[in-house]
Amino acid sequence: MTAPVPISLDVNGERVDAHVLPRLNLADFLREHLKLTGTHVGCEHGVCGACTVRVDGEIVRSCLMLAVQMHGASVETIEGLSDSGEVADLQAAFRDRNALQCGFCTPGMLIAAQDLLKQNTEPDREQIRQHLSGNYCRCTGYQAIVDAVESTARARIGRRS
Amino acid sequence: MTVASANPALSELDRPNSYIGKVVPRPNLERLMQGRGLYVSDMELPRMGHVLFLRSPHAHAKIVGIDAIEARHMPGVIAIVTGQELGAVITPWVGVLSHLKGLKSAPQNAIAIDRVCWQGEAVAAVVATSRALAEDAAEIVRVEYQELEAVTDMRTALNPETPVIHPSLGDNLAFERNLDAGTVDAAFAESDEVVEADFIFGRHTGVTLEPRAVLADWNAAEARLTIYQGTQAPHMVQNIAALHLGLEDSQVRVVCKDVGGSFGIKVHIYADEMATYALSKLLRRPIKFVADRVESFNTDIHARDHLCKGRIGLKRDGTIMAFEIDDLTGIGPYSMYPRTSAIEANQVVNLVGGPYVTRNYRARARVVFQNKNVMCQYRAVGHPIACSVTEGLVDLAALKIGMDPVEIRRRNLIADDAYPCVSPSGLRFELLSHHAAMTKLLAMMDYDRLRAEQAALRKSNIHRGIGIASFIEVTNPSAAFYGVGGARISSQDGVAVRLDAQGSVICQTSITEQGQGSESLTAQIVGSVLGVSMERVRVILGDTDNTPYGGGTWASRGAGIGGEAALQAAKVLRKNILDVAAAILQSSPGELDIVNNAVVNASGGSPRIELRELARIVYFRPDTLPPGIQPELMATRHFVPREYPFAFTNGVQASWLEVDTDTGFVKLLRHWVVEDCGTIINPQLVDEQIRGGVVQGLGAALFEKCIYDERGQLTNANMADYLVPMSGEMPDIDVGHVVSPTSETELGAKGAGEAGTAGAAAAVANAVNDALRPFGAIITEIPLTPQVILTALGRI
Repeated sequence: MTAPVPISLDVNGERVDAHVLPRLNLADFLREHLKLTGTHVGCEHGVCGACTVRVDGEIVRSCLMLAVQMHGASVETIEGLSDSGEVADLQAAFRDRNALQCGFCTPGMLIAAQDLLKQNTEPDREQIRQHLSGNYCRCTGYQAIVDAVESTARARIGRRS
Repeated sequence: MTVASANPALSELDRPNSYIGKVVPRPNLERLMQGRGLYVSDMELPRMGHVLFLRSPHAHAKIVGIDAIEARHMPGVIAIVTGQELGAVITPWVGVLSHLKGLKSAPQNAIAIDRVCWQGEAVAAVVATSRALAEDAAEIVRVEYQELEAVTDMRTALNPETPVIHPSLGDNLAFERNLDAGTVDAAFAESDEVVEADFIFGRHTGVTLEPRAVLADWNAAEARLTIYQGTQAPHMVQNIAALHLGLEDSQVRVVCKDVGGSFGIKVHIYADEMATYALSKLLRRPIKFVADRVESFNTDIHARDHLCKGRIGLKRDGTIMAFEIDDLTGIGPYSMYPRTSAIEANQVVNLVGGPYVTRNYRARARVVFQNKNVMCQYRAVGHPIACSVTEGLVDLAALKIGMDPVEIRRRNLIADDAYPCVSPSGLRFELLSHHAAMTKLLAMMDYDRLRAEQAALRKSNIHRGIGIASFIEVTNPSAAFYGVGGARISSQDGVAVRLDAQGSVICQTSITEQGQGSESLTAQIVGSVLGVSMERVRVILGDTDNTPYGGGTWASRGAGIGGEAALQAAKVLRKNILDVAAAILQSSPGELDIVNNAVVNASGGSPRIELRELARIVYFRPDTLPPGIQPELMATRHFVPREYPFAFTNGVQASWLEVDTDTGFVKLLRHWVVEDCGTIINPQLVDEQIRGGVVQGLGAALFEKCIYDERGQLTNANMADYLVPMSGEMPDIDVGHVVSPTSETELGAKGAGEAGTAGAAAAVANAVNDALRPFGAIITEIPLTPQVILTALGRI
């Protein structure tokens, strides 16, 4: 084992200083060191999308990033996006459409969906399905999620116009 | 036919502001959406150790020796424990039930002793202060194995030259069931056509997004074990843990917080979970086990691995004369505990031919041991196999006589007015609606238009197919499922409801929540009966210390059984509230009602007293009540079905898809389901259960397979190689309903959790064969991978 490495980063708007082992991945750092357990670990090999977070504005799989790579970075998790209200309308749409059952994929799904809606204000169902196709949900069969994202996009356009 | 409620006594539910039949959001979704749920994998306790199980790389091997001397001195290591050492605190078990006659299995240990029987079986537990440190130490534990011949092919498992995995059992046959109903030989002799096929079902697994997770906390001072576990059956876990750790049930508390998916995967007792309970007791501290994804693939139960020879006889007019099946399944080296691994094959025997009129049915099912991971009950146990075999045969029969697949079903499905009736395998059907469901399905999918579109597209070399699958589903199981076989798995559920001191309602139920909506349906029922708004009903589930005793949520039983208990408990509380209200108001209970959180005049509805005020008087000023009045603002009721062993439901599914005959890829275009689960408590929750279930069936149909090599090595134990349905490949799914409530309960609800999975693969397989009809290719194997399709087309 190598010695811990000091890192400084911004997590959900708060400065965090920590000493981490080089092998520690970002998902485990968020969950075990910062106790931000909304970032879920489903496969630990970058396939399921449950650990999706935002790093410097881009969505990443936190199980495929190392904590040491986060030095100087800005990390946003579902807790931060919830508290800022950025995804409040998306969450409301998920609730109204029952677009979650066990909820384990939901934080990652919401972050991936918000990423799409920032890039494309008017995605069609096919585009929604494609953008979310890296996020595994075993419960819903996806249709309710697609519906919720679609209705959020429409509502946001309506609010703008 | 949309059956009107057959339950006139539903008056308590059929009230103004009733939540029954309404779409209302599930309570407490905010918590999950904000990442503020509490899954077992999130939990930490003081002095908690993490266990990593060192697992066998061999499918079958003798354990010659385990050298952990050096590893014990690695940083953070708390203990390294072998099976022998753990045997001091936990006893082995045998997964059999007496009603499955002849079922046998061998004693299984929490951690293997002397011998491993599948790749992935635990041989030692490495406990450390973190999972990472446990993994470091595990790397230098040296286990010496002597490899033994692995029994992997179920087709040769019973051959005399094949080694017997458990010599004490005499052979590799775990269970066999034979059924011969009606006059099968004569029926085949009288048939104009007889069609046979071999159906092959891939072994697959549940892939819950949160892996299995358990945190066991033995308090040596209290002599009490608290188990935090994502389980569907807390009281079952309590009983089994106590039994094998030498404790009373009262010394074990099972707490089930949020669960990241279950689907039957988390209704069993796994060896590594038993080992975790035992390690906590042995090491006198909290021990946490969270499976990683590779472990999940190697140790979460697998399901479905069946080879089923099917035969159907029919007349030229389409009359089905007889069904016959010979089913073979390999379940791994042990029958799972405590539900056993014979149930799926047993269900296949029960269910084949179930939607149809013919009385002639012969079946044989054999369940064999093999050196692969254990198999057991996963969502829709046995149904996808029975449905695929039955509906595959019916389609092949229709093809043989040149009849439309819908027409042959029309001529053979049990008539909607023929109930109650009994199937050839002895299943009792109270009230099903096959024809009504088919009529509705055809309208939803616009069958004739779709057929025309299919024909038109054929001309431009586009090959689309329509597949239909009728099905029945076992729900609301009584004690006939497990209890009669000696398993201490409760088939009854209990609900306690009380009015708190501010007029809100607290409801404790023995059913559990894994996302199906148990909490919501309970609150909807209780709120409706009591006249209390849902946001004032708090539901507590998943804690053996704080809920009535009951079965939990599995086998599509939560709404039908737990919901009825909630209804009956709420009725008692309602009566008790009105009795007190009458005393306070100098009225009579019959003149009062509860609406919108207040007692009102039954006629006219004018408000009399808020529940909040009534509760204040009862709890804080009982001195002001008339003499002799002792309010009981808490009521408990239990329920179990007694009349019918199972409340059967029915439905029909249709798939519309396109096969690329050059690449073998299948594109799912649309899927339709009509099902009949009786009274619908929350249409949105039912529809989403159906959709989620369908997609699990679609995964089995097209993608999912645990691929073992001939030495018993699982070669695709990761999510990159084991394919699951993702949003990009899934179609939109239209869901419709026919409503035939069960008269066994006042609520009238049957289960809906497994209907989607039951018929989805059959519909897809029939649709693929329909698409490939011009090529003369017939496939009776799932998953329908490009390789399977191109092979059938003779392209590879």
